[in-house]
Amino acid sequence: MSIKEDLNRFRDIIRGKIKEDFRRFVSQGEMIGKRENEYVKIPLPQIEIPTFRYGPKNQGGVGQGEGKPGDSVGEAQPGQGQAGNTPGEHMLEVEFTVGELAQILGEKLALPNIKPKGQKNVETTKTKYSGLAPVGPQGLRHFKHSYKRALARQISSGTYNPGDPMVIPRREDMKFKSFKTVTKPMTKAVVIYMMDVSGSMGDEQKEIVRIESFWINAWLQKHYKGLETRFIIHDAAAKEVDESTFFKTSESGGTLISSAYKLCQEMIEKDYPPNEWNIYPFHFSDGDNWSGEDTRLCIRLLHEFFLSKCNAFFYGQVESKYGSGQFLKDLQKEFGNDDRVITSQIENKDKIMDSIKDFLGKGK
Amino acid sequence: MANLTPELEAERKKICGHAKEVGLDFFETIFELITYDQICQFAAYGGFPVRYPHWKFGMEYEHLSKSYEYGLSKIYEMVINTDPCYAYLMEGNSMMDQKLVMAHVYGHCDFFKNNIWFSKTNRKMMDAMANNATRIRRYMDRYGQDVVENFIDRCLSIENLIDRHSVYTTTSITKSQTPAQEAPTLLRYERDYMRNYINPPDYIEAQKKKAQEEASKQNRFPSQPERDVLKFLLAYGPLEDWQQDVLGIIRDEAYYFAPQGMTKTMNEGWASYWHTHLMTRKILNDSEIIDYADHHSGTVAMHPQGYNPYKVGLELLKEIEERWDKGRFGREWEDCDDVREKKHWDKKTMLGREKIFEVRKIYNDVTFIDEFLTEDFCVRNKMFVYKFNKRTQQFEIDTKDFKAIKAKLLFQMTNFGQPIIKVLDGNFENRGELLLGHLWEGIDMQPDYLQETIKNVFGVWGRPVNLATIMDGEGHMYRYDGEKIQVVKDSAVASVAPEKPEEEKKTP
Repeated sequence: MSIKEDLNRFRDIIRGKIKEDFRRFVSQGEMIGKRENEYVKIPLPQIEIPTFRYGPKNQGGVGQGEGKPGDSVGEAQPGQGQAGNTPGEHMLEVEFTVGELAQILGEKLALPNIKPKGQKNVETTKTKYSGLAPVGPQGLRHFKHSYKRALARQISSGTYNPGDPMVIPRREDMKFKSFKTVTKPMTKAVVIYMMDVSGSMGDEQKEIVRIESFWINAWLQKHYKGLETRFIIHDAAAKEVDESTFFKTSESGGTLISSAYKLCQEMIEKDYPPNEWNIYPFHFSDGDNWSGEDTRLCIRLLHEFFLSKCNAFFYGQVESKYGSGQFLKDLQKEFGNDDRVITSQIENKDKIMDSIKDFLGKGK
Repeated sequence: MANLTPELEAERKKICGHAKEVGLDFFETIFELITYDQICQFAAYGGFPVRYPHWKFGMEYEHLSKSYEYGLSKIYEMVINTDPCYAYLMEGNSMMDQKLVMAHVYGHCDFFKNNIWFSKTNRKMMDAMANNATRIRRYMDRYGQDVVENFIDRCLSIENLIDRHSVYTTTSITKSQTPAQEAPTLLRYERDYMRNYINPPDYIEAQKKKAQEEASKQNRFPSQPERDVLKFLLAYGPLEDWQQDVLGIIRDEAYYFAPQGMTKTMNEGWASYWHTHLMTRKILNDSEIIDYADHHSGTVAMHPQGYNPYKVGLELLKEIEERWDKGRFGREWEDCDDVREKKHWDKKTMLGREKIFEVRKIYNDVTFIDEFLTEDFCVRNKMFVYKFNKRTQQFEIDTKDFKAIKAKLLFQMTNFGQPIIKVLDGNFENRGELLLGHLWEGIDMQPDYLQETIKNVFGVWGRPVNLATIMDGEGHMYRYDGEKIQVVKDSAVASVAPEKPEEEKKTP
């Protein structure tokens, strides 16, 4: 039917619009608030064809019901007789699933698809009902199919009476569901977010991390079913927390980045054997480490453990008033040419898109 | 074609019989049973299965199917004005719903066939639409989808600039061929002192002026302000063949749908009248009464913020029937001042049924409301005018005054509540520019939409477009020359816009 063409045409036009405005939507924190139920609302331009029409003074009309002059008959509904301030467009809430958003994000940033590792090593078997068999247990009897066969047999043999439509299936009419086992490559993935919560990380910095991690999750979820996420916060010591704590905690005190890396290493060794799992450690900090010695320890950990075990190691440095940003420089000096360590600098909210591109643009 | 289940077909036959019995007269009506998805598709296409490709149908479809899927709205019935009539029933509705819809549909079909405002519509529109679609697809193949679609966008933006009444007039307004008299002929006089008596100078002067005016009028192009702007553009716009065809298609389809807008209240009222009549007297069985009452009351519910054509149309028809049954019309009734006598007035004339059949034949919404809406009716039906209160950001009841209600209703129905635009000059300022005039009736147009629409007119006309209107009490001239919009405040402009409403608007 041509309605599908028209619908796709409309969606293409709308998508063209959404792509243009996408940066603006991404830096609006409100979008994430609704991710629990998997739906995100985006205000979208609905295309309205302009015509000569009466202006706002024509508002109102004739209604029916109880009431006397001065009584309210209801709120003004947006888009209904209200003056639009932009010609030819008005806002419509269209719901996207996180998956669709990730798709748009991917197109917008031209992100390559991720090549999972460990695909060949691990396989799972699954039972799938795929056909019909003449024999089987009663529990798997395919009622509709059996009935149809019985009906067909009775009609063709002339024993069916429409006035008394009784159909009695015989043994040969019966069909049963049959199954076969299929093997599927299994791809499992875990994202481990580490964040510096020392005094120098303010609310704005954490907001940036929150938004960025939402989009990273959305993108990875598109590639890995059943993505796991873990959260580690650290100042001078590291601990694992749940998601809401991760974004709310504010500590003061020093910063020992190695503490987080060590905890992350333990976590991986304990729960995520690298030959089965795609592992994505993300670390966000303002780049202020306690000592050069600790930085050297971090670099050693990266060399000895993370680089060989993880898909890549991601470090995002959020600009803050207090941070020196030294850690980023140290990492770049050490791993400048190594694409297994991906670094990104996020100056403000508007740079989140660029940063996501930095992180995910390599298809790791 | 028809794919009704045996049960539905049996009911259809019964209902069709009942409908004919009460005097309804309709083209053959074919019912089809379709899924909600198909209903949404057809509804998006204005009832037709095949239309030309355009994103607006896709948008409409998305709205309809989304709001159905989220349980916000449901389309019960759809019927199109063709011969034979096609009507759609939705799969999965209850038997009672289907019966109600069928009874309702027969009402519509009768209206389509007999109401005079539908008499000029193409009853083979199903084929015409399909042919239009084929041609537009061909243009898209040849000239590119974007090019054709952009042109369609423009045409749709001005598709309401047609003269809805033009199809009913039989006399064509052509330029009068008599050459204008340059100077009035002087009567012969023999005595010199009689000259000023036989040929009074004042009169001669006035005649001269009149003749000049007449002459300049004939030089004007178009000679009369043209209400059918699309027709003017078709005839004189510098369009390529395919563009002309596309614009013609849009115009034809706009004319086809126009009567449905002109008779919305009457048409729905008529169909509701007959579904009530047939359902409650003939069709319903005991077990369906409650469901029917529920459905029917939903259809005719009163809304504080909105006008329900089903309700108003139905109640007005019922009132007309009662009035003519009891002889409450004519001079005697009008002149009677005695409230008590009026209340018990019953001359047993029993002309009600005859009268409503006459009403459905010759009235449209404007004349229907103008003639039959009474003060008593407004009070009984709790009607009021509401307006927007800026301070509270709410709509509030403004007045229950009968005159105000009637004026508001008529205003909303006249030209579908859209401003009336006419072509005043196709060679404005002798530069080949287009001059449009807005027939200002007390309400300003919305400026931002106006500007966008002027740009679209420019896209068709190809030369600068001017529009004279009134904003905030002052004459305004909008001009678009392909690059930017200019707005000039000019008190002289006000006189360019036609001052008087002509045929349409009647104030009670």
